[in-house]
Amino acid sequence: MHRTAVKKVVMESVLDANDALAQANRDRFDTAGNYVINMMSSPGAGKTALLERTLEKLRGKLRLGVLEGDVQTTLDADRLARFHVPLVQVNTDPGFGGECHLDANMVRSGLTELPLDDIDVLVIENVGNLVCPAEFKVGEDARVMVYSVTEGEEKPLKYPLMFRSADLVLVNKVDLLQHLDFDLDLFLANLDAVNPGVERILTSARTGKGVDEWCSWLQSRKPLS
Amino acid sequence: MHELSIAESIVRVAGDHANGRRVTKVYVKVGHLRQVVPSALAFSFELVAQGTPVEGAKLALEEVPVTARCRSCGVESRLGAFPLLCNSCGSADLRIVEGEELMVESLEMEEA
Ligand SMILES: [Zn+2]
Repeated sequence: MHRTAVKKVVMESVLDANDALAQANRDRFDTAGNYVINMMSSPGAGKTALLERTLEKLRGKLRLGVLEGDVQTTLDADRLARFHVPLVQVNTDPGFGGECHLDANMVRSGLTELPLDDIDVLVIENVGNLVCPAEFKVGEDARVMVYSVTEGEEKPLKYPLMFRSADLVLVNKVDLLQHLDFDLDLFLANLDAVNPGVERILTSARTGKGVDEWCSWLQSRKPLS
Repeated sequence: MHELSIAESIVRVAGDHANGRRVTKVYVKVGHLRQVVPSALAFSFELVAQGTPVEGAKLALEEVPVTARCRSCGVESRLGAFPLLCNSCGSADLRIVEGEELMVESLEMEEA
C-alpha cells in the first residue's frame, strides 16, 4: 500500500513541560513563603564550601534549607548535615552516567522531604556544570552563580548561557588571586559583556572574605511575613 | 550535556502529536543563545528516539541567529557574537527578539 507523508504544524516549545512544573514548584514556594535560590557553578568552584560558611554564619539568624543536587553520591550532603538545617539530596538520573543538571521534576521530588513552612530561604545547589543547569528553571526566585578565579577570564564569553541568566555572581577563591595569572578586571569586563551590570561579590570560603556581604544579601531576600 | 534532555523533550513532543503514526521528520528551531551543539543534539535524538514512534525520524534543525532591539535608540541589530551591543549606538540595553527559540515547529508523518 502506498503511504503518503503528512505534515503537521506543532509549534510547541521544547521546555514547556519543564516550565510548567517549575511554575507548580513556584506556587508551592509562594504558599509556604520561601525565597528560592538556584545556585549554579562548574564542578569544583567551591559551592559546597561556601554553603558551609553560609550555614555557619546564618545559624539562628535565617531559617535556611538546602536541596542538594548530585550525581550519585552523598558526599556534599554529608558535609552539610552537621549544620542541622533541613536538607534533602536529590540524586540525578543515572541513565547515561548521570544527568548534569536538576530539572523542575527532580526538584519537585525532593520537596516532599523538606518542611517548607519552616524555611525562609531555600538554597538549591545545582549539579556542577557550566552549561546545562541554566536551561532548566526549577521554580527559583533568583539565580546565583559561583565562579572560581581558577577557571580563567574567558568563560563568560565561551559559556554565556549561565552567566546571562545569573542575578548574582559570587567570584570565589579570591584568596588565590595572588598566586594566579588571573586578570580580575578582564573577567569582570567579560561578565559585563554578557550580563551588563550584574551584581557581584568577591568571596573566599577559605578566608571568609565576602561571606558577610553574601549573607547580608541572603538575609535581605527573606520574604516579608 | 543538556542536548540529551532537549532531545528527550523533542521526542516526547513529537510523539504526543503523532497520535500513533510513524514520524519521519521533525523540524526544530534552535536559537543561537541556547548553546545547543547540533551534532550532539542529532546524536542524542537518534538515541532517545529508539523504541518510540519517532524512531528513525530525521531531525531538521533550523538555527536562528540573534536579533535584538535596542532600548536606547530603537534600532534592531543582527548579532553574531558576544558582547551583545547595538550595532547603531553601542548600547548593551537590548531586548532579545530572536535567538532564544527552542521549538518543535512541525512533523512529517506517514499517513495512518
Ligand atoms: Zn542603540
